[in-house]
Amino acid sequence: MEGAPGVQATPAVEVVRVSKSFGATVAVRDVSFAVMPGEFFSLLGPSGCGKTTLLRMLAGFEEPNADGGEVRLLGQVVNERRPYERPLAMVFQNYALFPHLSVERNVAFGLEQRKTPKAEITERVRSALALVRLAPETFARRMPAQLSGGQRQRVALARALVLNPSILLLDEPLGAIDLKLRKEMQLELKSLNKELRTTFIYVTHDQEEALTMSDRIAVMENAKVAQLGTPAEVYENPRTAFVAKFIGESNFFDGRVRARGEEWIEVDRSGGGRFRIPRQNGLGPGHSVRIAVRPEWLDICPVDAVPSDENALGGTVRDVVYLGETMHVLVGLPDDLVVAVALRNEGQLIKPLPWKKGDAAAVAWKPEDCQVLEEE
Amino acid sequence: MSTRRRRLLGWLERHPEAQAWALLGPGTIWMVVSFVIPVLIMCAYSLMPRGTYGGVEVGFTLEAYQRFFNPVYLIILERTFVAALLCTALCVLLGYPVAYVIARSGRWKNVLLFLVVLPFWTSFLVRTFALIFLMRDTGLINSWLLKLGLVREPITMLYTSFAVLTGLVYGFLPFMILPIYASLEKLDPALLEAAEILGAKPAARFRRITLPLSRPGLVAGCLLVFIPALGSFLTSDLLGGAKELLIGNLVQNQFTTARNWPFGSAASTVVMVLVLGAVLIYLRVRDRETVGVI
Repeated sequence: MEGAPGVQATPAVEVVRVSKSFGATVAVRDVSFAVMPGEFFSLLGPSGCGKTTLLRMLAGFEEPNADGGEVRLLGQVVNERRPYERPLAMVFQNYALFPHLSVERNVAFGLEQRKTPKAEITERVRSALALVRLAPETFARRMPAQLSGGQRQRVALARALVLNPSILLLDEPLGAIDLKLRKEMQLELKSLNKELRTTFIYVTHDQEEALTMSDRIAVMENAKVAQLGTPAEVYENPRTAFVAKFIGESNFFDGRVRARGEEWIEVDRSGGGRFRIPRQNGLGPGHSVRIAVRPEWLDICPVDAVPSDENALGGTVRDVVYLGETMHVLVGLPDDLVVAVALRNEGQLIKPLPWKKGDAAAVAWKPEDCQVLEEE
Repeated sequence: MSTRRRRLLGWLERHPEAQAWALLGPGTIWMVVSFVIPVLIMCAYSLMPRGTYGGVEVGFTLEAYQRFFNPVYLIILERTFVAALLCTALCVLLGYPVAYVIARSGRWKNVLLFLVVLPFWTSFLVRTFALIFLMRDTGLINSWLLKLGLVREPITMLYTSFAVLTGLVYGFLPFMILPIYASLEKLDPALLEAAEILGAKPAARFRRITLPLSRPGLVAGCLLVFIPALGSFLTSDLLGGAKELLIGNLVQNQFTTARNWPFGSAASTVVMVLVLGAVLIYLRVRDRETVGVI
């Protein structure tokens, strides 16, 4: 799937086999993707994975290597264009508000550089402040030092949006504000994206943030895109162990193919036990297999009451962890692998879980509720 | 002993004003004894009759000031201000780019800063004599120019206002570079990137971001250069000869050879009042500017 159905426009952002090295360090290796106009696209990964370098190449602060591919914005190759010659705006990690200029002068800065008429500047600054829900009467004349983190964030956003950019780059813009406000801003950013139809390229290391806001996510690892897809795709069908681990939580089971059946492949688990997985092409007897199973796809049951059509591995309850919305039961298998099972918390005060430390228990899951991972 | 010390520290912790006074005290006493009292004595002397063999006699007179406001001395005053202003301007023009480069030179930063302060390892007097050897008619510069055939006769450099200015700039340049460097070093590079992506080309980025944010350093540097340049006498004495007398030389003469302490005090007081006035006006204007932005 590429962008919204029915839209046949040129991609707003296109990265074609882009590489970037700093000395001997490769920051971005042969990355390609296309982002359609109006899309909310996230670059997600741990620090040092290359996501910020990639964003800086879109902005024009870094150039790809000499033979390092092409960056196209609105269909035009921009490799050698300076940042001020690109059709984009950016929100910086620590906002980068100009400390010597008031809020209105900060927001007006880009318009002033474009020689916009004075009256128009006033008008547009006002509406940009209103757009990010900062009352111009209250905030226009404040200095950045007189604002809270969340307010600075909004000013930074207004300063970028006032230019009506086709593309907005956001570099971990919510990293420095507290959780409650962050959740609020996530939804606001998402609705701004839909309302303004601006293409958002959003860099974050926070998987939950990426899942909440994005139309699509490029999960990056070691200078490469490990997986690109919608939030549901990367969460439910993680291709590699890295993606499964980085986005949400996962239990991993390793094994070797024992036999291929009509519908299922039977696998001997390396630590003991056996499980079935859906039939896959190219997996024959003797092949090694690694699967990921999300804690919420697992169930816990008495060892002698496993549903016959499910996979099950027996063990002992190691711990029960209270997480609020869910309960995690940690089950230790005989080979010391600890498996997390997520159960809905139906109220521990009125209907406590029947499991406690030391109980014998089996973790069970439907064979189709697993993700067979690719070798990394 | 240790309990008493602990009790004292505890008491200080509970009394922040006392703590502040304890920290400010020694410095304040030092400044009062070595600066405030001498300045007051100077102001007093400027209003007293001169003693026959130096010093002052008890009494009150405006004679010294009447004498000072006379074209002969006002020319010296004007020359001094022009020299100090030129020196400050040249130090800005030469020093700002240097500070800018040092602030962005990464791992070479410390080496370059070391080079800036290196001249302080030698006495200013010795360095001024070195300038004489460079600039005199038979000095290094002229002998090279003659050897290279660029000039037929040596260029007179020593004992001109050019020599004085060169000496002043040479002596005070580090005091301009260091504070500007300090403020440029603090400048967050992300601000320049933000300005660039908002459409600002290099010149606009400098004018709208770098320059205003380095202004505290620039102001500090200007004060550190302008004020001592006003009072300098060594440079003009050695490099300017008798022709290029500055107010510092005048004051020095009055206290030594001429033995007219009230007149020397009056000249000093006039300069001090002018400088104070200039700084106050500057601060006023600046405050108004800041208010204007908001």
